[in-house]
Amino acid sequence: MPEQTAERSDESRVVEGRTVDVEVTVNGRRRSDRVDARLTLADYLREVCDLTGTHLGCEHGVCGACTVLVDGEATRSCLMFAVQARDTEVTTIEGLAAGGELTDVQAAFRDCHGLQCGFCTPGFVISATAFLADHDQPDDDEIRHALAGNLCRCTGYQGILDAVRQAAGTAEPS
Amino acid sequence: MKPAPFEYHAPERPDEVVGLLSELGDEAKILAGGQSLIPMLNLRLATFEHLVDVTRVEGLAGVERRNGSLWIGSATTDAAVERSADVAEAVPLLAKATPFVGHFQIRSRGTVGGSLAHADPAAEYPAVALALDAEMEVLSPGGTRTVPAAEFFAGLWTTAIGEDELLVGTSFPVWTGRTGFAVEEFARRSGDFAIAGAAVGVELDAQDRLARCTIGLIGLGTTPGRARDAERQLTGTDLASISSDEVGRLAVADLSSVPSDLHGTADYRTKVGATMVARAWTAATEEAARA
Repeated sequence: MPEQTAERSDESRVVEGRTVDVEVTVNGRRRSDRVDARLTLADYLREVCDLTGTHLGCEHGVCGACTVLVDGEATRSCLMFAVQARDTEVTTIEGLAAGGELTDVQAAFRDCHGLQCGFCTPGFVISATAFLADHDQPDDDEIRHALAGNLCRCTGYQGILDAVRQAAGTAEPS
Repeated sequence: MKPAPFEYHAPERPDEVVGLLSELGDEAKILAGGQSLIPMLNLRLATFEHLVDVTRVEGLAGVERRNGSLWIGSATTDAAVERSADVAEAVPLLAKATPFVGHFQIRSRGTVGGSLAHADPAAEYPAVALALDAEMEVLSPGGTRTVPAAEFFAGLWTTAIGEDELLVGTSFPVWTGRTGFAVEEFARRSGDFAIAGAAVGVELDAQDRLARCTIGLIGLGTTPGRARDAERQLTGTDLASISSDEVGRLAVADLSSVPSDLHGTADYRTKVGATMVARAWTAATEEAARA
């Protein structure tokens, strides 16, 4: 699909039909693309924006691997059409580390072995980032509930829990 | 790309939505938060020629106090309900049900109106609306009509909303006095649809008698349920005269369409349902007694 980055005037912007124009800010960069209305936000990010850090597991909202931030809220990008993201700010895993410096959450996943194969990791990191933005000093129960919407088949979750505890500043000193 | 091609519509006003629905007939489907519809489209369990996105329609999102009720616009997200101090204060049962709706990443898109219109018998909001005698505001080509929750849920995933109608909002009655509310669910994993659940509201008088009570049932029939016989028997009685286990037994005594599937037989679900009612009853009555 050809990339179209020129801004369209409001009059020429197609917002209805089988093919639609999407103007959206992805990781701080404003873009404009003409896409099929049926294109999910996940496929838009991966196929059109070439941001393949957003992973697709189940594609029906169960696994959480495709979680991204839409206007700061953690959202399943497989359960949203790209056209529905028009005029929003989307942040993917690629957009977290400003200037190549890992965020606290990313650093904690590395420190605590919160990943093995890495497939689920972008979804976990985005979910944890959104959760910690809204929860100061969460208890263990809250952390477990917040992570329940993401599936991991490698780690057994303990490293992930440790990582979120560390990022939240609630980890027991070891 | 998973879903079959469709034509996307983004009307701006409620009357435009209804106009489009009238014009397009059964080839059109309303798209709200999409957290139930888009999985079905992705798996091609459902296909539609037209999707009418209502998430940005004017006047469809918001929480407002209106005539002693709390009105919640259909496009209000579950996350907005979760954050609303008005909901927590005026309709605690709705606030307590919200954390059980999917996961927080689902609640950021899922809407109150979408859940009610989808009418899943195992979903939380339909059971809460039924338990509280909420009223649905439905826009038709001919004007607005009000549908009581008791007449709204017509069958499995079926409501009283016509093909050319839009659920604009829902009014939840506000209970006052010595009230208590609780929601209890049992699910195999956090965030899954419940095997069974209950949403209970009680109001006590000064002598600790039950001035009123409501028992909503989750996942125990083809529609959201309500234990009306049990409510009638309990109303007016002394709270101390009945155990919560007995309330649980009463609430599930005459259920006839409890589903069976690989997660549990109808018998098992009924037993779990009785336990959920009992737990919710205990929590709700304890809260009311403290009030």
